[in-house]
Formats: sequence, C-alpha cells, structure tokens
Amino acid sequence: MVNTGIEKDTKIICYHCGEECKSDDIAIGDKYFCCNGCKTVYELLDQTDMCNYYNFESSPGVSQNNSIKRNFDFLDNISIKDKIIQFKNNNFSTASFFIPSMHCSSCIWILENLNKFNRGIIYSEVDFLKKSCSVKFKEEQISLKQVVELLDRIGYTPTFNLDKENSTNDYDYKSLYYKLGIAGFSFGNIMLLSFPEYLSLGDFQTDNLKIIFAYINFVLSLPVFFYSSSLYYLSALKGLREKIINIDVPIALGVFVLFIRSVYDLFLGFGPGYFDSLSGLVFLLLIGKLFQNKTYDTLNFERNYKSYFPLASTKIEYNKEFALPLELIKLKDRLLIRNSELIPADSVLMKGKANIDYSFVTGESIPVKCEIGDVIYAGGRQVGSNIEVEVVKEVSQSYLTQLWNHKAFSGKFNSELNNITNVISKYFTIVILLLALIAAVMHMHSYILALNAFTAVLIVACPCALALAAPFTLGNSLRIFSRQKFYLKNIDVIEKLAKITAIVFDKTGTLTKNSKFKAVFNGNTLSGIEEQIIKSAVKSSYHPFSQAIYNSIDNNLTFEVEEYEEITGYGITCSVNGNLVKLGSKLLMGNMINEEAAGSVVYISINDKVMGYYSFVNFYRSGINDLISELTKMYKLFVVSGDNENERENLSKIFTKNTELRFKQNPYDKLHFIEELQNKGEVVLMIGDGLNDAGALKQSDIGISVSEDINNFYPACDGILSAEKFINLSKFLKFSKYAKKIIMVSFIISFIYNIIGLSFAYTGTLSPLIAAVLMPVSSISVVLFTTFSVNFYAQKKGLL
Amino acid sequence: MSVILVLLGFSLFVALVFLGAFIWAVKSGQYDDKYTPSVRILFDDINNKKESKKIKENK
Repeated sequence: MVNTGIEKDTKIICYHCGEECKSDDIAIGDKYFCCNGCKTVYELLDQTDMCNYYNFESSPGVSQNNSIKRNFDFLDNISIKDKIIQFKNNNFSTASFFIPSMHCSSCIWILENLNKFNRGIIYSEVDFLKKSCSVKFKEEQISLKQVVELLDRIGYTPTFNLDKENSTNDYDYKSLYYKLGIAGFSFGNIMLLSFPEYLSLGDFQTDNLKIIFAYINFVLSLPVFFYSSSLYYLSALKGLREKIINIDVPIALGVFVLFIRSVYDLFLGFGPGYFDSLSGLVFLLLIGKLFQNKTYDTLNFERNYKSYFPLASTKIEYNKEFALPLELIKLKDRLLIRNSELIPADSVLMKGKANIDYSFVTGESIPVKCEIGDVIYAGGRQVGSNIEVEVVKEVSQSYLTQLWNHKAFSGKFNSELNNITNVISKYFTIVILLLALIAAVMHMHSYILALNAFTAVLIVACPCALALAAPFTLGNSLRIFSRQKFYLKNIDVIEKLAKITAIVFDKTGTLTKNSKFKAVFNGNTLSGIEEQIIKSAVKSSYHPFSQAIYNSIDNNLTFEVEEYEEITGYGITCSVNGNLVKLGSKLLMGNMINEEAAGSVVYISINDKVMGYYSFVNFYRSGINDLISELTKMYKLFVVSGDNENERENLSKIFTKNTELRFKQNPYDKLHFIEELQNKGEVVLMIGDGLNDAGALKQSDIGISVSEDINNFYPACDGILSAEKFINLSKFLKFSKYAKKIIMVSFIISFIYNIIGLSFAYTGTLSPLIAAVLMPVSSISVVLFTTFSVNFYAQKKGLL
Repeated sequence: MSVILVLLGFSLFVALVFLGAFIWAVKSGQYDDKYTPSVRILFDDINNKKESKKIKENK
C-alpha cells in the first residue's frame, strides 16, 4: 500500500518557471510543470511554435502558481481605454504597458514577438529597464482588452496606473545629455587650441596664431557659458530667491567671473583668458550631475493607494453589469466583487459569502469572514465566490484612503536644502567673497591688479571639487546599495540615513515573514501513516496554511488523493487511501468540536474522528536577533504593530526590555506615534511594508519599505529594501555614516587645493595654465578618492 | 601658417559633425533605453528559422 507513494529524492523543477514541483503529476513528455497554469502557457507557446522562449534561459517563465483569473472587462470602458491608448489613427493604435514580471532575455524575446500570437498585433517593443512593452495593434482585429488578456495568458500581466503619465523626466535627461555633449565638444577643442599656450612656444608667427586660437576659444566657450551651464544659474537664482545659498551659487559665481575675466583679458590684450578652465569645469560638473541623477525607472517611490486599487469596478444597475471607473463610484452604488478582486470603497455586504483578505491593509494574510450587513473596508480582497456590496463611503473618503488626505501627504518639503554640501556652501561662499575682497584691498595701489586679484580668487576657489564630492560618494553608495537590493529614492536619503536616531519597526511582513507560517500540531500524537495521509491531503492546495502544514511534516511519502474538494473559507475534504480526511474550520467538522481553540487554527479529522488542530505562528526572519542587538547599541528602537498582543512574548525575547512595543495600532496611530517621536527631537527611520504603514512611512524622516518582491507591492517611501537583505540593515546604516565621513575628508582635500590656488591668486600670478591644471586635478583627485574609499569600505564589509 | 588654419577649420568641422551626430542620437531616443537593444541583437529571426527548418525538412 505504502509503496504507491512517490519517492522525492530528486527535485523536479518546473520546465516553465523553475519552481520546485510538488509531484510529477503535471507533465508533457519529459517536461514537468509545477502547476496547470505553467503547463497551459507552455502549450500555448508550443502551438504557436514559440518554444524558442525556453532556449535563451532555462525556466524563464513566470510562476502561475498563485495566479488567479483576472477580469479585464474595464478595458472596454471608453474613458479608461482612451487613457491607456496613447496614439490612435484609422490604421492602428499604440499602447504601452507596465509589466512587472519581466525579468530575463526570454521575456524580451516573447514580448517582442507578440505578433506571432495574433495577426492584429503589428509589433511590440520592450524597454527592459523600464519594464514596459509598447504594442502597436489594429483595433478592428484585436481589442485592447484582448491584447491585455493575451499578455495575461502568457504570464505577463500588465499593471495599470493612470496617474503615472508624466514624461517630463524624459525631457530632463535629454537636455542634460545635450548640455554635456556640447560642453564636452567645446572642452576638447579648447584644450587642443590652448596647448601652444601651455608649452609657451613663442616667436612672432605663433604669437599671431595664439591670438587667433584665443578668439576661436572664445567662440567655442559661448555655448558652454550660455547653454551648458544655464542649469546652474537657474538653480542659484532659485536658491537666492528663497534666501538660501546653495552650492550652485558659488559655482554660478565662479563661471560668471571666469567668463567675464576671460573676455576682458582677451579683448584688452592681457592674455588668452581662462576659457579652457571654464569649459573643463562645466564639463566635469555636468558629469557629476549625470552621476547624481541615476534613478530606478521601474521603481516608483510616490505611489498612493490608487496604484494598488483597480481602475474600475463592476456596477450592478437594473440587473445589468458594467464596468465603472473608480472615480465615478458614488454612494449607494451596488458593486459586484468577484473572487480575488479588491474592494474599492468602504461598503456594506449585501449578498454572498464574504471572506476578506486584508493583507494589503494590515499585513495579516488570514482572511476575515463577514456576514451580510457587515462593513467591508476598502483595500480588502475577496477570496471565494462573488459578492455584492453597497458603497457607504466614496473611494477617497474610505477608512484607508482617507489617510492620504492627512497633511503628511500634502507637504512637499525640499530635503535638498539641508544636505551637507549646501550647508557648507553657505559659509564657503561668504568666506570666498571676503577673501576676494581682502585680495583686492591688498592690491589697492593699482585698480587693474586689484581687479585681477579679486577675480583670481573667485576663479581659483570655484567649488568644483566640493560640488563633485557628494554626488560621487553618495552616487557610488547608491549603486552599492542597489546591488544589495536596497533601493533608495535619491542620494539625499543616504545622507539622511546617517543622521537618524530612532528606528520604528512594523511587525508583520517586516520582522516576520509575510504569509509564511510555521504550523504547530496540538492534539494526540500522530502516527507516521496519519502524517502521510495529512501531507497527501494538503499537497495540492495553495492556501498558505496548507503549505505550512505540508512543510511541517518531514515524511516524504505521499498517497494518491481522490474526491478532492477545496471549499474556500472552510477547508479541504478528500479521500486518501480510502480514509475520509477533513481539514479546515470548526464548521467543516460539524458538531464534533466543543471548545474552539483561540486564533487561526485548522482542525484535522480522519474518518470523522478529530485528531487535533494545527495552529500557526509567524516566522521571524532569520538573523533578526543579531540585527536587533546590533541596532540597539546605536539607536532607540520601537515596534508598532497592527496585531494583537499575542506576539508580545516573542518580541520581547528579541528586543531589550526598554524597547517600547505597541500593539493594535491602526494606520493613524502609527502616523501619530512617528509625529510624537519627531516632536521629541528624534530623527526617525520607519521600516514597514503594508498600506497600513503608508502614513507612518510618509511622516517619518526616512521611510523604508521591506518587500518580498520589489516588483510587487510597496507603499510610497524613500527606499525599498528587499526582504532577503533585511538583516543587512545595520550594515547599510553604518555604511551611510561612513559615506558621510568620506564626504568630509574630500571637502578637506578640496580645501587644500583651494589654499594652494589662493596663494597664487594673492600674489597675482594666476596664469591660465595654473588655473587649467589646478582645477581638473583637484576635481579628479576628489572623485578618485571618493570612488576608491567607498569601494574599499564596501569590499571590507562584504557589500560589494 | 595658413596650412594650420585650414587644418584647424577642417578639424572643427569634423568635431561639429560628431557633435551633430551625438545630438541626433539623443534626440532620436537612442539613449532612452541603454539595455534592451544589447539583448535584442542576439535573437534569431523567427521567420528565418522556420524557413530554414522547412528547407531542411524538404531535403
């Protein structure tokens, strides 16, 4: 009997997605699949002769394991369709889709060959880094909805967000490239033409040539002065208007003085001017800017609830169903919510069996049962059969979405003002102006000499190295972090990370693993055969509890399962080896249970005899103890959790006694708690994951969201940390402090160069050659120093 | 000396051509996506492959 079980010594890997198969039941020939979803995709590709897909990378597919049938009816709604279709004429339409599951070259290949699936598709093009796929198709042959359904069928479900349509970024980066290109062009040519001057070759003929060269240099520097460096003037002006001296003020001042002094020298015949220094300076600065502007196209740090909610819901009116865009949902509307659809607004259950998964809102993945007349909150996900609800609050006024009306979300404060470079540049500018004045006073006897000394100080002190230190140090750190799957919004966040004094953790999904449980059996000891029976019964269920039970039983032998039935919200009934097995809620057991166990449990009965129940505990991330004890040394720690106090005991084992643990905190409580800490003068780092942390993440000085899959789900924040790297948090924090030190040291280096330069300026001997050498040397040495020291430290700490 | 001026004019002209090429490249979107084309170029054309298969079968 027992030998009917399957030996599972060797792992079977799904041919499509590469996940481990639970059994070899699902197979075509010698190819095994983990689930029917993967098999279906394979069959589809096989039919259309697209199996090349599997040749570029092994098991490139997207797991269909947890996939659900999605409803794209809303794409037939004209107002929504018009927003998605970017361009349309009589012959074709184009639309661009954001496809988070894109991950390898096979993905690119199949998405660019969509036209092989349907003749209505003319062509499709992928931008891998942006994870977008733009499709050109003929609407008379294939509708937008059908295109999306095709994408969904092959495992590349697009996500829609109508808010995101801002292409200003595109323009910004292009204009920076233009400026850089022109500055580079001028810099190269001016350097070449200045060479005779550097070598100071002098006879009558070359002197004439030198003058011609100098005039050409002047012409070449015009676009650099007027176009390439314009962004520094604008930024400096903007700063001055707000009465702030940012780093761009001394830069703009330096560039202006360089240009005017050079023109003055050239036209009055005093010398060739400093055009080479001018163009070199601007070129180097723009490279720094390019380095600093590195962003992650696929990550959007400004998400609000609209990014998670569907675009439309199904409204029922006069017994007819139609898709209604979310913003048109009004009070008293009756909505149809299908299996695994989100509830868009707070509403009352009118019809059907509601089983709501609030994991989006609270981080708890155990579904809650609701009776007719109960209020269901927006953000919950229906699991099970269709339900009908009546809206009691508009979408934007619902319990959860109201959070976004809080002032923490409206204030758009500029963090740049407080960064280290700008703080220093304020004093720097004042000191330089003073020094320049002193130099002028020293040469009072001749106004030409005084003017020369004054301008020479401003030229030589132009804070090129100063302006490059932070972008290169922090830009490099940003890259090292991103290699460790820690993605920050911009380089200012790293600087701020170095300043934090307190860390607030969310529990579920942050300290613990989301939707992963450890199953603990309570009841009579199970025999080996009984364990095998239970393991067989839960084998083909994807419910997190079933998987937890499956993993908790070590026995590797399983039996054939017959008459398998899974009732959502209740449990599983099936027949294993002729034994009737029931797993699930108390209701499923009938009248056999007198006392209900506390919390979420799964009862087990074999042949109508209750064996006991499984209860579930959260898994804490491994290494969490070390991380917390490390952090306790440096920061004040707090925990805010939406859960009940059940976990207090476990948590206090991890944290020290002084740590404040708060339970049953709603999203507002969390936000206010952060506010309280800030009022006490703490600089707060909030680490959370769910929409329920969104307010706290926004209110905190730095909000970092922990995510199991960075493509999936995270609220608006300053940084995204991949869950697997969570235990590296203390390393990241230490690194940010180190980066700040590096910046300080490079400031000192750049000051030393300034002092050397000033000694030339004061004596009135600043030749164009010295200026042209000193400036790039100081900038390049600062850049090299920061790059090497950041990489060295990263290597030492194992972050590279 | 005039030789140098002619050469200078010519070198500036060449440099301008390259600058123009760079600006054109940015404008036409070649810097929009710096990754995907590097992968795309490695793919075989499906149609060719099918045809070559057919040819093989016919043989």
